[in-house]
Amino acid sequence: MVASANARLRLEAAHLTALFGQHRAVRDVSLLFPAHTVTAIIGPSGCGKSALLRCLNRMHELTPGASVQGEVLLDNVNIYAANVSPIELRRRIGMVFQRPTPFPTMSIYDNVAAGLRVNGHRRRLDVDDAVGLALQQAALWDEVKDRLHTSALALSGGQQQRLCIARAVAPQPEILLLDEPTASLDPAGTQRIEELCHALKRLYTIVIVTHNMQQAARVSDYTAFMYLGSLIEVGKTNEIFTKPKVEQTEAYITGRFG
Amino acid sequence: MTVVVVLFSFVAVLALVLILGNLVVKGASSIDWAFFTRNPVPAGQSGGGVANAIVGTGIIVGLAALIGVPIGVGAGMYLAEYGSGRLGFLVRFIADVLNGTPSIVVGIVGWTFIVKPTRGYSALAGSVALAILMIPMLARTTEEMVRLVPHSLREAALALGYPRWRTSLKIVARTALGGIVTGCLVGIARVAGETAPLLFTALGNLNFSVDITQPIQTLSLQIYVYATGPFEEWHRLAWASALVLMALVLVISIAARWVTRQRYGRFR
Repeated sequence: MVASANARLRLEAAHLTALFGQHRAVRDVSLLFPAHTVTAIIGPSGCGKSALLRCLNRMHELTPGASVQGEVLLDNVNIYAANVSPIELRRRIGMVFQRPTPFPTMSIYDNVAAGLRVNGHRRRLDVDDAVGLALQQAALWDEVKDRLHTSALALSGGQQQRLCIARAVAPQPEILLLDEPTASLDPAGTQRIEELCHALKRLYTIVIVTHNMQQAARVSDYTAFMYLGSLIEVGKTNEIFTKPKVEQTEAYITGRFG
Repeated sequence: MTVVVVLFSFVAVLALVLILGNLVVKGASSIDWAFFTRNPVPAGQSGGGVANAIVGTGIIVGLAALIGVPIGVGAGMYLAEYGSGRLGFLVRFIADVLNGTPSIVVGIVGWTFIVKPTRGYSALAGSVALAILMIPMLARTTEEMVRLVPHSLREAALALGYPRWRTSLKIVARTALGGIVTGCLVGIARVAGETAPLLFTALGNLNFSVDITQPIQTLSLQIYVYATGPFEEWHRLAWASALVLMALVLVISIAARWVTRQRYGRFR
């Protein structure tokens, strides 16, 4: 397992299995996500990396026929325990998806405020402050500060994705899950998101799913390699990429398969 | 092949042009201020207008929309968001059957269940009959519009900690709102011209009335009575009424298009 004795434990998957009907998309994965680090999950398409990510905020179970076995511990509490509300949980864990998903009927401001308002923050000044802070954290403030009340759809793809990051961080979650956040962006947009990962890990524990190995190498502290639903290897990113212990990992990162 | 297709589209457009042209030629000359402001005069006299029918159409269609829109849109939301089970299938099937029911049958149903028990024809009974015609239309268009909202938006809202009902209302329904409003307007335009279901329910009324518990006149009923009557004066008014009704339906249809255009224009 990850040698992370110093980092405070935040999130841990323990013998986690994710199923679509009978199909096991994630097979008995145990994995630690140390606090204030970026953990990258890599692997070929269909290896279960997105399914694993979606188990961490209980989004997986929303797919009809999907189910989860095993545990996910957040501060040593199993988030699949009967007394944990998935809605409350998702307010503690922000998520950003492959494609930007700004709410089309809302302005830039309202998009960022959406998560705050659903959390019960209604005082105008509080929301103003939080929206400004979130947009600054997402490095979008300078570009949109003069048009906060215009449609979010007028933004470019990269800006929309940073808007989604702002929306996810506005309620001040503890964990940030990024599901291939740069898959639909150009290189410039990708670079800005990667820079954000570095900046935001001081505030949040970040888990990023990516099929781009260079990206994993650039942004993450730890890298987990998955194949056919199983966790093959996990370790410090520079070790995984320079001296992987498992043959399969080496084959994948050197481009011999996947 | 192209020639045939062009010819057919030309014939389709021609029908509308012929109808409109005919109505304008025969009806426009009878439309004056009195037509809109005066009530019908006794048979045989000249002059008079159809103010009662115009007001009656407004009341009866407005009331039908008041009853039909919440039920139809609500059912459509249910079908789109929760209707994957057996109940959803049943509701969808019933809506489809109801959609294909001849409107005169709906009129008879209105007569049986409202007019007969209350011992009287009424505007309300007519509105209920029109609402019954509207509900399945609105349910199916609302369902289609809501289904067009990308699944990713739903997921984004749920991932933010939105409860499911709030996702449906605040994100999904609001995103589909333009389409839902368009569907409602098209539904209203369609029932505004209905005659058959009103024959057995609203009945018609030669006097001015705004009482929803009493028989009421509508443009479509007025056209039916005047066009089949023996007097030249009545025929004249029937043509004019037909023109006004057609214009009304056209205006609502254009409004529906306009709402859709707004939606795409704003977010392009």
